[in-house]
Amino acid sequence: MSDLLSAAFVTVFIATVIAQAMPLMLAAVGENIGEQAGVLNLGIEGVMLIGAYTGFIVTLTTGNFWLGMLAGAVGGVVGNLAMLVLNVWLGLNQIVVGLAVTLIGEGITSVLYLQNNAKSVTSLGAPPEFKIPFLADIPVIGPALFQQSALFWVAVIFVIAAGFFLSRTNWGLSIRAAGQKPSSLDAAGGSVVKIRSHAVLLSGAFVGLGGAYLALITTSTFTPFITNGLGFIAIVITMLSRGRIILVAITSVVYGLTVAIGPALQVLGYNVSADVIKMIPFIVVILTLIVFARTSVVPPALGTSYTRGAR
Amino acid sequence: MGAEHQRGRKALDEVVRSVLPVVLALVVAGLIILAMGSNPLDFFAGVWTYGVTGSNWQRSLVLMAPLLIVAVGLIVAFRGQLWNLGYNGQYLLGAVVASGFGPYLFDAMPVWLATIVIFLGSLLVGAIWSLVPSILKARYGTNEIITSLVMSFIGIGVANLLIKGPFKDTTTPQPQTAVIGDENLLAYIPGTSIHVGLIIALVLAVVAQFVFSRTSFGLRMDIFGASPKAARHVGINSTWMVILLFALSSGLIAFAGAVDVLGQYSYQRANWNPHYGDAVMPFVFLARLSPIAAIPLVGFYAVLATGGTLAAQQAGLNVDFLLVIVGLILIFMTITEYVGERRRLGQSYLPPGLRRTLARPFQTGAARKES
Repeated sequence: MSDLLSAAFVTVFIATVIAQAMPLMLAAVGENIGEQAGVLNLGIEGVMLIGAYTGFIVTLTTGNFWLGMLAGAVGGVVGNLAMLVLNVWLGLNQIVVGLAVTLIGEGITSVLYLQNNAKSVTSLGAPPEFKIPFLADIPVIGPALFQQSALFWVAVIFVIAAGFFLSRTNWGLSIRAAGQKPSSLDAAGGSVVKIRSHAVLLSGAFVGLGGAYLALITTSTFTPFITNGLGFIAIVITMLSRGRIILVAITSVVYGLTVAIGPALQVLGYNVSADVIKMIPFIVVILTLIVFARTSVVPPALGTSYTRGAR
Repeated sequence: MGAEHQRGRKALDEVVRSVLPVVLALVVAGLIILAMGSNPLDFFAGVWTYGVTGSNWQRSLVLMAPLLIVAVGLIVAFRGQLWNLGYNGQYLLGAVVASGFGPYLFDAMPVWLATIVIFLGSLLVGAIWSLVPSILKARYGTNEIITSLVMSFIGIGVANLLIKGPFKDTTTPQPQTAVIGDENLLAYIPGTSIHVGLIIALVLAVVAQFVFSRTSFGLRMDIFGASPKAARHVGINSTWMVILLFALSSGLIAFAGAVDVLGQYSYQRANWNPHYGDAVMPFVFLARLSPIAAIPLVGFYAVLATGGTLAAQQAGLNVDFLLVIVGLILIFMTITEYVGERRRLGQSYLPPGLRRTLARPFQTGAARKES
């Protein structure tokens, strides 16, 4: 037993937690930006898949992980264009359009993958490592944290930047106003449609990045329906963290723990079925929702379109 | 004469609004097929061949039975403005009640009694599974979209665990339940190979329509759906309304799973998930939440799905292409609805803010000041 809890085991465990947490963190930050502006993106599951697939294809053909991540972000923005036009500009039902985007994203990536890539098993291999001098030599945590791909650090910087912009800049204030009370933003001379458009596009980029991270780094491949509900978990995390990016980050890491615990138990010799492992995160989510039901708060204008002068 | 004319136009308008999105979605789907290097006409011809001709129409109608029950289940929730999106888990749990307990129950009691026990059991399991989202919603106002979705993922996991664990057929290495004998399955409608589940579904739709439009309970539902606050003012207990509608909706969807297993499949494999709820959702909206209007639309999808499964394989696509078509129908439905509403009100097709933005490049300074 003590053998199994060796340094190598803990290192792998921490690395797994991070690998599982990052896609969710990026996607949840994206969802958070959208929701703060008052746009509920139920299409996040489909947009993640689109980001994951475009990232996968680009990295597969060019061999470059950076281009793959970029493609994932672009794919996410394109995926969110439907939300932009139909929800923000035309003010159509966000739930229906969101579900449509999810279905189309699931369907089209699955069809494309099975048509183009299913014939051979494709693994992208590991992304180039980025070793931070000195820090990487710390036992146990060093190899787990500071020997990641450089993409990990870029993702971390993006998350921190998003938190900064949302809470510390005028632009972030406008976004939050668009979700809290759009009419006040309008009265103050801002444009609700414009601010929400920015938010939806940026949100798409983050969600796409999350999908690409999942495909390129966490799993090193793409399979149809690879996200398996991750997008919906991102929505829950957004609801629970009340617009605070730091809470998004913490809850994402907790999610990573719940995912990593399954394989770890198997290594430790407990026989846990794959179905149980898949269910653990969802059970944790629903328990969290039951316990913290009162504290899950969404912006008041979430899911409603804004019409000037309408009551 | 004038009023009649107007009523005719309104009816026509509603039919157009229901059919147009489907047509547009099929056209775009055809273009996607074309872009992927297959012939869309082959695909649609395949849908007709495998979905309608010969005795294939019977297979379509067999598929229609569970779809229609799921549709009625969704309508119950949507009428009360409750988003029950946990249909996949609810359906599979209902199916497991039939496929898991079925083999034992049919041994222990007469067929008719076992069938009734299974049907009631699936309704009950579905209703109980909905309690977490509905109580959270009723008590704390937690968004039921998310909670029902999360419960759905757990439900799928539980169904798989049950099929691989206690309900596994030990005689085969495959993770699946024991096969229920033909003599215990639902009877065929005389002269066809369509099981009576279809009749159950049709009756259910008619009864639901009657309850919605002709009873005080239906009126209560509609008031609650329109505004829970208003409902409270006229003495409707909104807590119970949420829990009851959710339980009914979820129970019916689980019931659809039991009907499907007892009518068609006779056993259940692990990791099987037909996604009926996703497929039926747009048609429920197109039918304007009316169960009877949903019948032809669901029938249409049954043909599309039955024929499309084989036709897609023939066209070199995979079955998930149907998801794309369903998603496209949803999008075109919202657009058609939007344009139709604008036209009815005699407004411009673009919202004022956007129209200004689009028109600005072509306006001179003076004209801009005027607008």
